[in-house]
Amino acid sequence: MIKLDMVTKVYPDGTEAVKNVSFEIGQGELCVLLGPSGCGKTTTMKMINRLIPITGGTIYIDGVDTAKMDENALRRDIGYAIQQIGLFPNMTVGRNIETVPELKGWPENKRRQRGEELLKLMGMDSGEFIGKYPRELSGGQSQRVGVARALGGDPPILLMDEPFGAIDPITRVRLQDEFLKIQQTLKKTIIFVTHDIYEAIKLGDRIALMKEGELVQYDTPADLLYNPKNEFVENFVGADRALKGLQLIRVKDVVKASPPTVKSGEKTEIVRERMERAGINWLAVVNGDGNFLGGVGKADLGKGDSVGDVMSPSAETATANTVLNEVFSLMLSHGLDNLPIVDKDNRLQGVISFDTIRKALVELTQRGKTG
Amino acid sequence: MRHYVILISLLVLLLGLTVWITSLDWIKEGVYRPFAWGDIANCTKAHLEMVVIAELIAIAIGVPLGILVTRPVFRKLTTPIIGGANVGQSIPSLAVIAIMAPILGFGLQSAIVALVIYGLLPVLRNSYTGISNIDPAIVEAARGMGMSRRQIARKIELPLALPVIMTGIRVSTVITVGTAELAVLVGGAGLGRITLAGVYTMQPLTILQGAAPTAALAIILGFILARVEGGMTSRGLKVKAEMA
Ligand SMILES: Nc1ncnc2c1ncn2[C@@H]1O[C@H](COP(=O)(O)OP(=O)(O)O)[C@@H](O)[C@H]1O
Ligand SMILES: [Mg+2]
Repeated sequence: MIKLDMVTKVYPDGTEAVKNVSFEIGQGELCVLLGPSGCGKTTTMKMINRLIPITGGTIYIDGVDTAKMDENALRRDIGYAIQQIGLFPNMTVGRNIETVPELKGWPENKRRQRGEELLKLMGMDSGEFIGKYPRELSGGQSQRVGVARALGGDPPILLMDEPFGAIDPITRVRLQDEFLKIQQTLKKTIIFVTHDIYEAIKLGDRIALMKEGELVQYDTPADLLYNPKNEFVENFVGADRALKGLQLIRVKDVVKASPPTVKSGEKTEIVRERMERAGINWLAVVNGDGNFLGGVGKADLGKGDSVGDVMSPSAETATANTVLNEVFSLMLSHGLDNLPIVDKDNRLQGVISFDTIRKALVELTQRGKTG
Repeated sequence: MRHYVILISLLVLLLGLTVWITSLDWIKEGVYRPFAWGDIANCTKAHLEMVVIAELIAIAIGVPLGILVTRPVFRKLTTPIIGGANVGQSIPSLAVIAIMAPILGFGLQSAIVALVIYGLLPVLRNSYTGISNIDPAIVEAARGMGMSRRQIARKIELPLALPVIMTGIRVSTVITVGTAELAVLVGGAGLGRITLAGVYTMQPLTILQGAAPTAALAIILGFILARVEGGMTSRGLKVKAEMA
């Protein structure tokens, strides 16, 4: 657990970068430091591993005042990843990742094993990459290696300063998704700096919103969106905060029941009866193994004898882990009223509709207002 | 490849010239003979000795001093030292050598001191830029991971600056080979003796007999040091960036 108590930083030139900031980060939590450029996020973060000397207040890690620790020992137990990455160009990817293990004096075979393990965790082929040099990597690969290096010594705490900031949007989203998945298994205590509200909402368990060196609001993403403390927060999250909330909900949070389906071999007349009885006008079509094939609307049933003849095959699907804003955007851009949810083997898990999304959003907004 | 062809042709030309002049019976019939092989060998040896001694001293002073002024504690010294060295180099080499004689007297010591002063700047400046041009993010990452200042210097900064430092040493060495021609003016030895004799007697061939081996020496030393530089450079700095 990390605790900041009245933390203050006045630079030698008199700039008051951080003013009396106090908050706590629980074990295994991902805390995002959010705010406009120059508000003191980086300064706050670097005071935790003492890259920037604190000028007032105290930072505790597991109850111990960090000022009393040996600074190099402190840093070896805190992973550190920055936007500029700063990989060592004279060392291979493997040696880069083994930096902290080497400093900690791990035996060589354990270091090597750690390097391979982390590359695999980052979705990189260790055989291919472990012997490469940083200059042979693409931006996305370098960023992954940077994160792997930060995790090298298996630190309980991770500091990340806009680690995905300098990457193209598509790669960034992919890295964020991968990173979330990794965090679900690793459960590190993470301080993550960003000025991007979308990234903050997507990744953060809690968000510390800063303004001109002060902490304005420290809350969960939902509370920040729907319970803004003041006008600054309201403006910062933006008028489209309702839509931003879709980012907080995943398909698995709202789609529970397995959906009614039809087999492609069934007769259309029988299906029409079923639809009328159940009061629905769309059904997902599956094969004998439960694999998703497409959808069939009531209006199409008259066009043929069997479902297979009249169904429209669909390529657009989502998984249980997809966030609702992606679902919403898929449905809008492909003109769909229903989006099938499949697992990794393309087996149908459920169906999500506009109505489900609307209900989920209303519920989230209400929860924010009352809680 | 083309680089090597030019280098080797030049070397063959210079050495061929030396051999041809030395093998002549007369440079001026009945008046001047060419210097003998023994003289050329002795002068080359003396020349090389001067250069090596001066260069070793320049490295011993320039590299540590150049690195030292990049350290935060010595930041205040950066401008005077690097600036001073720059001014030093802007003084013509002949003047530096001429100034040394009245101060230190005639002899080898004056020549070497002058060569050190003159050869110091490239070593000093490249050591300084080699270290200070390292991407600050690299050093910050190293600090953030808990490397001590010493470990950062040894494992990161020195290997990254080494190619630049080695270039400084190479440039300095090549310059010093040329400057050492003038050492004879303050009582030093070297191939300058032959060149100067040619100047006094106004015999172009005698001048060439001293100048050609000097140029060849500069080319050979430059080539060797370039190879050493390549060998000492980390493989990670030589790989080409892959387009991805
Ligand atoms: N070394 C420094 N000396 C003086 N002022 C600084 C220094 N570093 C940052 N600042 C100032 O402190 C404030 C906070 O900076 P920073 O923590 O980098 O902000 P952020 O990461 O939120 O963009 C800014 O006004 C910045 O100009
Ligand atoms: Mg910053």
